[in-house]
Amino acid sequence: MTYIIYIAFIFMAAGLIFSAIRFVKGPTAGDRTVALDTLTTIGVAALVLLGYVFQRFVYIDVALVYAVLGFIGVIVIARYLEGAL
Amino acid sequence: MKNLTFSEKLGRFTVSWIFLMLVWIAFTSTFASQELIVGVFTTMVIALLSVRLFTCCTISIFNPVKVFWMIWYLIIFLKALVESNFDVARRVLTPSLPINPGIVKFKTKLQTHYSKMVLANSITLTPGTLTVDVVGDTFYIHWIDVKTTDPEKAFTDIAGQFENILLKIF
Amino acid sequence: MSILEIIGGILILIGSAFLFLGALGIFRMPDVYNRLQAGTKATTLGGMSLVLGVGFLEPSWMLKSLIIIIFIAYSNPISSHALARAMYRRGHYPLIKDKDKEKMDAYREVVPHKTKEEEKS
Repeated sequence: MTYIIYIAFIFMAAGLIFSAIRFVKGPTAGDRTVALDTLTTIGVAALVLLGYVFQRFVYIDVALVYAVLGFIGVIVIARYLEGAL
Repeated sequence: MKNLTFSEKLGRFTVSWIFLMLVWIAFTSTFASQELIVGVFTTMVIALLSVRLFTCCTISIFNPVKVFWMIWYLIIFLKALVESNFDVARRVLTPSLPINPGIVKFKTKLQTHYSKMVLANSITLTPGTLTVDVVGDTFYIHWIDVKTTDPEKAFTDIAGQFENILLKIF
Repeated sequence: MSILEIIGGILILIGSAFLFLGALGIFRMPDVYNRLQAGTKATTLGGMSLVLGVGFLEPSWMLKSLIIIIFIAYSNPISSHALARAMYRRGHYPLIKDKDKEKMDAYREVVPHKTKEEEKS
């Protein structure tokens, strides 16, 4: 079981690196926002898995709040880019 | 938005109360009586305030035939979701990136806002398609590998299986 | 190892693999719409599967995992739709490889393309 969790964290870390590269490279604001959305989803999954590793139930609540805030953030950025805000 | 009659309001209020109560129980993850009592009052107030905004359907949503079609929709949707992920995996892992993107459109027969939203979200999660906009009853779809630009054929390719079931539910 | 642990472990592996593939898709695809395609689908199933796997490993967390799963499945398509529409209205048009560019871009009839002079102003 420990090895499965190690492999999962390695995959997620690689994913975080790739989307962070896209977040830095751009080239437009939309690309950065897509990368931010992916970073948020990977972060939520990593928080839930960390909660299992540390046996703390609180991490799931944190993940839930992070998911809600990330979603609202992306919607707000999209409305701003559209010029409707 | 159209004016609702009293019975419609009562039906919508009941449905949203039941769903909010289920969400409350899932959030608190307990059946202790004090939590449940607070939950009943809180969800009742929220359901009263949001009766014109969020709810889609009256009490007829619990009709067994509709529940059966909802479960069937969920199965088909999950199958399409898994298929679309393997599709993405294949495209991403192929070194030459086999894509031929474009935007196609088609018309839908669905009437209510809620069913259009469910259809648009399902299309986004099915293989190779992404809903760009919905104007009236016309859907604009970004397709990663355009096979046809004819609206009729695009409709049967992309949304045919979902719309048949949604027409039976809503 | 019990059967629940085996199912949970497999789901966690599948989920993390798809999360990685989604991020790789964002890195490799050529324009913002194709990036949205890869990012939305792969991260949705990846996140759902991984959280469900943790729910199998700890059955008492199942209800909250289900809430997170429903929220991910509900919110990811909405945010990708909002982003795609915003980018089109802002003037970033999709990459089209086909020769017949007018026909392959049906959304042009709703949002006419900006000309060069309009973009400068």
